[in-house]
Amino acid sequence: MSLLSSLFQHSFSHGVHPEGYKEATVDLPIQRVPFVSRYLMPLGQHIGVPARPVVKVGQQLRRGQMIAEPGGFMSTALHSPVTGKVVDIGPHRHQDGSFKLAIEIEADPYATQRMEPQPPKDWEAMPMAEFVSEVQRAGIVGMGGAAFPAHVKYSIPDTQHIDEVLVNGAECEPYLTNDHRLMMERPEALIRGTEILMRKLGARRATIGVEDNKPDAIALLRGLLGGTAIEVASLPMKYPQGAEKMLIKAVYDREVPAGQLPRDLGILVNNVGTVVAIADWFDRGIPLIERVVTVSGPGAAYPANLIVPLGTPVREVLRFCGGLKEETREVVMGGPMMGAPTASLDVPVLKGTSGILAFTEAETRTGTEYPCIRCGRCLEACPYFLNPSRFARLAKARLFEEAKGFHLMDCVECGSCTFACPSNIPIVQLIRTAKNNLRSRKP
Amino acid sequence: MISFLIAIGIMIGVTFFFGVLLAMAYRLLRVEEDPRVSATEGMLPGTNCGACGQPGCAGFAQAVVNGEIQPSKCSVASPDVVDEIAQFLGVDAGEAEKRVARLHCAGGKAQAHQIAEYHGFESCRAASVVSGGGKGCSWGCLGLADCKVACTFDAIAMNANGLPAVDADKCTACGDCVEACPKDLFELLPVNQRLLVQCKSALSGEAATALCSVACDACGRCAADAVPGLIEMRDNLPRIDYQSGLTATRAVTARCPTGAIRWIE
Repeated sequence: MSLLSSLFQHSFSHGVHPEGYKEATVDLPIQRVPFVSRYLMPLGQHIGVPARPVVKVGQQLRRGQMIAEPGGFMSTALHSPVTGKVVDIGPHRHQDGSFKLAIEIEADPYATQRMEPQPPKDWEAMPMAEFVSEVQRAGIVGMGGAAFPAHVKYSIPDTQHIDEVLVNGAECEPYLTNDHRLMMERPEALIRGTEILMRKLGARRATIGVEDNKPDAIALLRGLLGGTAIEVASLPMKYPQGAEKMLIKAVYDREVPAGQLPRDLGILVNNVGTVVAIADWFDRGIPLIERVVTVSGPGAAYPANLIVPLGTPVREVLRFCGGLKEETREVVMGGPMMGAPTASLDVPVLKGTSGILAFTEAETRTGTEYPCIRCGRCLEACPYFLNPSRFARLAKARLFEEAKGFHLMDCVECGSCTFACPSNIPIVQLIRTAKNNLRSRKP
Repeated sequence: MISFLIAIGIMIGVTFFFGVLLAMAYRLLRVEEDPRVSATEGMLPGTNCGACGQPGCAGFAQAVVNGEIQPSKCSVASPDVVDEIAQFLGVDAGEAEKRVARLHCAGGKAQAHQIAEYHGFESCRAASVVSGGGKGCSWGCLGLADCKVACTFDAIAMNANGLPAVDADKCTACGDCVEACPKDLFELLPVNQRLLVQCKSALSGEAATALCSVACDACGRCAADAVPGLIEMRDNLPRIDYQSGLTATRAVTARCPTGAIRWIE
């Protein structure tokens, strides 16, 4: 039976198989990082319009209090991660290297930091519009890394209907184990959140897609879910399984056409962290003020899975984990495939920060770049069926407009092409350069 | 032997037939082109830089002949050539104000702090998408010469301090560097405007000077010393109103504590 089912197991085409490197943290229970003295909450932690501050400098804050309201529909609220006071609202260094407006909060060292228990919200009786605005007010965004405001996904036009809720527990990025640990430690919240979404969106079924390198999580969830409308799909390991469109292909064997969204196919995809955040808000009244972060990599002294209050400086998180080893050369925010190295350790942990990875010389060495030998491995790796080598060539020649004509903008920058390239060409970086150039063009 | 002659005969016949056809087409379908357009185009520099806003030199020649644009709008041609074109067409050459690309950053290797090292594709824009490129000041020049590569006229050279130096004589204000710079540091300014703010940092006070010794710390002294209306402090930077017609003097820069506002010799 297992042989038969493995024969019929679906997957998406192309993709790559990076080493997992998850052993360091996979069995470590999630720990809570102690409160530190200073927090930085940038107003733009999500894709879209930055939030608008509703507090003043000097104002006392309670943990979980809203400090910034949504700046528009494509925006979410921010909440204080800590009881304390606002000391500054001004430009501070963001993870992307630029200076962005942020609310600086000084924690009250004598506060208990306890949150008053809230009665569960009557989400079932809520009209859909109110449910959507509740999610927006809770500041919930996609926790997989992109930080796309969650409520936007739940705003389904009248002409469409969601049939399937797909919970993304693939966690295909090497090193990261935050989603895995969340599934292991908070399966009830995950199931509860999934049920809330199913009921509110009117979906018939739900599937939790998990890669088969997490057999314990699959077994645990299957044990809890027997007889319900939620099932667990065990997926063969492959990168980038966690990309929305790839996960849909792997689980349902359906393709989302370029330029369309999963909801056009009646599917809603949410990361496990997002679903748990939904359950926390509607059952316990806890807005998004902390998240699970994996600290790992050969440069990390003590790898760990941590609950980190948002806004905690990366330096403080690393200090809690025993600091960095001497030979560390690079600290990456997020996974090694899609994450970006940070230029400063003073930047805060944001809603989309899934990992803090410390790498040494051996992992960061890029190797000598050789000319493209037209081997086509990047084409075989690209899950979106694009031609990465052509993008790289055009970007080097600064022919960005021409690259756009070859669907440059459909690239999600998953990094499979760079991973596959035997000539060490920094393909994704060239693609990002080209996209950045095109976006900055003045009309 | 005879088949050989037949072949030649057919070829001559076919050639003659198409020749007549072409000659007729030339007569009946010909488009009258103003000979002045190609003559004007011949006088233009032929760089097709696009600085005039027209699609290349041919497009510019056409526009000049049609009277849509004045000859002086070609920023590459020398004043002599512009006069020559104006005389040839019998039009007004127009006012030509020479503009050059000026860099709004003076924080080279010696002045600005580097907080991380960038290793990767040698391009400012490529570096800027990786956490801003590792320079402490996120507004400053990354020094990886995207502007130099973009410059058609070889007017930009990277100096020892890691900043691009614009050769005002070679610069034609085509604007390629303005577009190439990911930090948007270039501005096309009239060459006789000597007062220039060489900083784009939005920080103020010590936060700004901690990152770069020649950053503008937004003290506002230059605005106070200048003729009222010439300099306005906005977003922690002095903004010079070059269109105001007010006289800028070197004295404005005298009390600048960091040298962010400069008088170009």
